[in-house]
Amino acid sequence: MGLLIDNITYIYNEGSVMATNAIDGVTCEIPDGQFIGLIGHTGSGKSTLVQTMNGLLRPSSGKILYNGEDIWGENYDRRKLRAEVGLVFQYPEHQLFEADVLTDVKFGPKNLGLSQEEQERRAKKALELVGMGEEYYEVSPFELSGGQKRRAAIAGVLAMEPKIMILDEPTAGLDPKGRDEILGLVSDMHTKLHMTIVLVSHSMDDVAKYVERIIVMNNAKIMLDGTPREVFRHGEELENVGLSEPQVVYICQYLKQRGMNIPTEVLTVDEAAQAILKAAGKKESENSGV
Amino acid sequence: MFKSITLGQYYPSDSILHKLDPRVKVIATFGYIISLFLINNFTGYIIAGAFLAVCVGLSKVPLRFILNGMKGILFLLLITVIFNLFLTPGTPVFRFWKLQITMEGIVFASKMAIRLIFLIICSTLMTLTTTPNQLTDALESIGRPLTVLHVPVHEVAMMMSIALRFIPILAEETDKIEKAQMARGADFESGGLIQKIKAMVPLLVPLFISAFRRANDLAMAMEARCYRGGDGRTKMKPLVYEKRDAAAYTIFLAFLAVIIVLRFVPAGRMI
Repeated sequence: MGLLIDNITYIYNEGSVMATNAIDGVTCEIPDGQFIGLIGHTGSGKSTLVQTMNGLLRPSSGKILYNGEDIWGENYDRRKLRAEVGLVFQYPEHQLFEADVLTDVKFGPKNLGLSQEEQERRAKKALELVGMGEEYYEVSPFELSGGQKRRAAIAGVLAMEPKIMILDEPTAGLDPKGRDEILGLVSDMHTKLHMTIVLVSHSMDDVAKYVERIIVMNNAKIMLDGTPREVFRHGEELENVGLSEPQVVYICQYLKQRGMNIPTEVLTVDEAAQAILKAAGKKESENSGV
Repeated sequence: MFKSITLGQYYPSDSILHKLDPRVKVIATFGYIISLFLINNFTGYIIAGAFLAVCVGLSKVPLRFILNGMKGILFLLLITVIFNLFLTPGTPVFRFWKLQITMEGIVFASKMAIRLIFLIICSTLMTLTTTPNQLTDALESIGRPLTVLHVPVHEVAMMMSIALRFIPILAEETDKIEKAQMARGADFESGGLIQKIKAMVPLLVPLFISAFRRANDLAMAMEARCYRGGDGRTKMKPLVYEKRDAAAYTIFLAFLAVIIVLRFVPAGRMI
């Protein structure tokens, strides 16, 4: 069933002179099992949108349905919803507070009212998933490195075993190695745990490799929604709103302009390499033919 | 939780009061408050009230913003009035059970009420027309003579402006951490007092850590730009008195003179 966002609007400072529309008439569906990239420039409303998805922000108008139920309906348990729709905030390491990693990760399951053993089991499983073994259980989260802190914090949300996982810029401020680790972890959540993933980012390079569908937000509205290939066909529009296509697309476009017979609809470095090799190979064979 | 926090309730406008040097406003406000306690007759209060009304009019700040400042002291005002009304000895005017209202009580209570109301209005007016930064600059400038007595005026002013600058940042941070913990199922609303206090731990620990982190970063950034305290430091927008400031001082001194004359020249000797 998944999440259904039905024509929602969110207004900050409603009723005052400073009222601003952070989301303006957004409708979209997040079906079970999809891996979605939510892309937009800073201030496009993407962070606000994800906070409405698990009921942290109440839309000024419109409805949000989870498995067909209105999450702002009377008697709806939004704490339970937050266990099903996990949200990892930007810089999640800032939420760490316990004396050791294991206890911190157990905070989520504890709030769900689970038994000690179950809390422990989930926490350990989540830590294993993010690649943190037993040697980290007793360590203070404040002694970890930046990348480790972030993984511990993500484990804190994973331990609630949500069905939908929303990650708001999980790679912000990490070095390339840390970034690849986190993106690999997110990809694992999708392929191994079959979670529905919403990956918020402003970098096309980050998402192009993994996602099945891209939603582009601009000025509080959804601008484009489709498969990566469909979305990248609107290259110029994307650039007009300050977003770029993956770098490999630019390389291929440049090569094409220079006369190479090469498709520009590539998404990843591997695909681009294949395409370039193929085009180069053809050229060579053509040359040799002449 | 902290969304409603607004400090330095500055109301932007281009009135003459906004343009005045902040030092004029601070000194005049201070002087005005003193004058309120000098006055001992109703003629004085009428003059003081008229002066204040003119200032409010000049400020172009909507009246409701100024009256908003009164909300906070309404309770205090009520208590002051009631106590003065009933507990001042003198000629009884009205008696009810063991309580009596005296003529002196009525006079005294109304004087107290007027004083408090004027006091709040004039300080509210100052904060509405002066940005927190201007205010700190003014205090630093006014307090400069105290450096002779080894009072760290510049440092105190710097601390004040940093504190003011960080309030909105920390409020935003609190909101963010609160949401992040709520996303992990934290509950800040239900439960008794003890439970509510316990529920604050996941909020306060990250908040303190982030405050320290920001303080460290800021200190580092200041050192990197060779901050060495106030000695020889220049300002981007130095406070300079202009003609209108001199005019404002003159008008205020005239007001003060009238109040003092009213206070110390017996009413009988006046025309």
